[in-house]
Amino acid sequence: MELFTPDFGLIFWMFVSFAILFLILWKFAWPAIIKGIDSRAELIDKGVEYAQNAKEQLDDASRQAEALIAEARRRQADMMREADKIKTQLIEQARAAAQAEAQRVMDGAKEQIQQQQKQAELQFRNQVSEFALQIAGKVVKTSLVDDKAQKQLVNTLLDEIESNN
Amino acid sequence: MKRYLSILILMLMALLPAAATETAHAEEAAAEGKIDPKEIIFEHLGDAYGWEVPFNHHRRIPLPVIVVAEDGGWHIFSSARVTDGQTYDDGGVLFKIAGHDSDYKGKVVQVRADGSEYRPFDISITKNVCGLFITAALLIGLMLWLARWYGRKGHKAPRRGLGALELVVSFVYDSVIKPTLGENTRRFAPYLLTVFWFILLMNLLGLIVIFPGGANLTGNIAVTMVLAVMTFLVTNIFGNKHYWKEIFWPDVPLWLKFPLPIMPAIELFGIFTKPAALTVRLFANMMGGHMIVLVLTLLIFIFMSINPIAGGATTVVSLLFSVFMLVIDVLVSFIQAYVFTMLSTIFISLAQEKEHHAPAPEADV
Repeated sequence: MELFTPDFGLIFWMFVSFAILFLILWKFAWPAIIKGIDSRAELIDKGVEYAQNAKEQLDDASRQAEALIAEARRRQADMMREADKIKTQLIEQARAAAQAEAQRVMDGAKEQIQQQQKQAELQFRNQVSEFALQIAGKVVKTSLVDDKAQKQLVNTLLDEIESNN
Repeated sequence: MKRYLSILILMLMALLPAAATETAHAEEAAAEGKIDPKEIIFEHLGDAYGWEVPFNHHRRIPLPVIVVAEDGGWHIFSSARVTDGQTYDDGGVLFKIAGHDSDYKGKVVQVRADGSEYRPFDISITKNVCGLFITAALLIGLMLWLARWYGRKGHKAPRRGLGALELVVSFVYDSVIKPTLGENTRRFAPYLLTVFWFILLMNLLGLIVIFPGGANLTGNIAVTMVLAVMTFLVTNIFGNKHYWKEIFWPDVPLWLKFPLPIMPAIELFGIFTKPAALTVRLFANMMGGHMIVLVLTLLIFIFMSINPIAGGATTVVSLLFSVFMLVIDVLVSFIQAYVFTMLSTIFISLAQEKEHHAPAPEADV
């Protein structure tokens, strides 16, 4: 049957056209196409890898940043606590210093007061003794000639009074 | 809804014998009792010296006839000179296309002086040869177009048409050729890709009914045979030492290969059955697809000659089945190109196989 008997002309031209086709495609098409596809696939692979790396780095960086922030927070809290402590300490110190100062001032004042009191007492005693002498002198001018004996008497009297006081 | 309605109306119209004007020619022919399905089918499946144009049964695109006459002289003339049984006188040598009763039916023959026919050496550019040229040119154009893309656009991925071409190329390359051939991929990929694309384009162009397509190329045994012989040559020329050793001195018990070479005979036979299987598989599949569509179409004319109403009904059914078959054939076109390439790849890779790393433990037995 005609269909099953290959025709020589067709075989000949098939060989020719296949050979030409193959040579042209082999020379100009397939290497370029395969190279193009392969290099693009490589580029995409590289791109994916790069993106993954970048993401990892980014994650890493954000993790680091978080750690840094937490550290800063901790330090801030520490510093606040420290400052608080120093503040209380200072206040305490100031208070103590003020108290001591006040004590000192008060003590000084007391002493002064006591001194002044003593002075005043002494002055008062002298005046009193003078007044008394004057009075007594006037009283006993006549009876007591010896001034010195009189004074001694008065002083003795005065001492008695003082010790009685 | 409207669409379904119009389809229904069209179907009803087909049932009306009066509306079946397109079949007038067939009716006319049927009236004369001239419908010969076998003739028509083989005419469409076979080769021709001219290329039919649609809607005209008598005019054909003329193609050059190249023959060497009995006296050794070359004769080149247009196929238009020998159509419709004309005899052409080319410088005293008479040529015509052999008639139905001749041994060389449908072929150009030289008419001797005594009226006997001589079949000359014939390398005419027939319809199929012209189809081959068109397919090859189209393929070269497509692939150079794709190859140019990578030079111009670098790493940008092609879109649309070029993207589809690239998809198919990389499908065949990455999922058929590369995994099978491994390190030999670069060596054989150009051949295998060429084979795949050539077959695919021939298959698809064969499905297009009008001029640039319509040549039943892969459904022609000469074409598939050449392709299979190519694979045969590539396989055996590039086959390594191990491949030949496996054929002539395989790893089987001695009595199987000496003194009577049973296994070598089988292996040697296998070398030739492989291309034969490739030839017949592609040829039969593609020819079968075409034949079914042709038969379905012819059914219309056959039934129309019996009864116009039956013919109208057959029109609907045949048309639906034809469309269905053509759609299937698009799939088959791809599958057959794929199968041919895959088998070629496997045959080539088997001839490239290295010595087994672990030899068969014969000593232990």
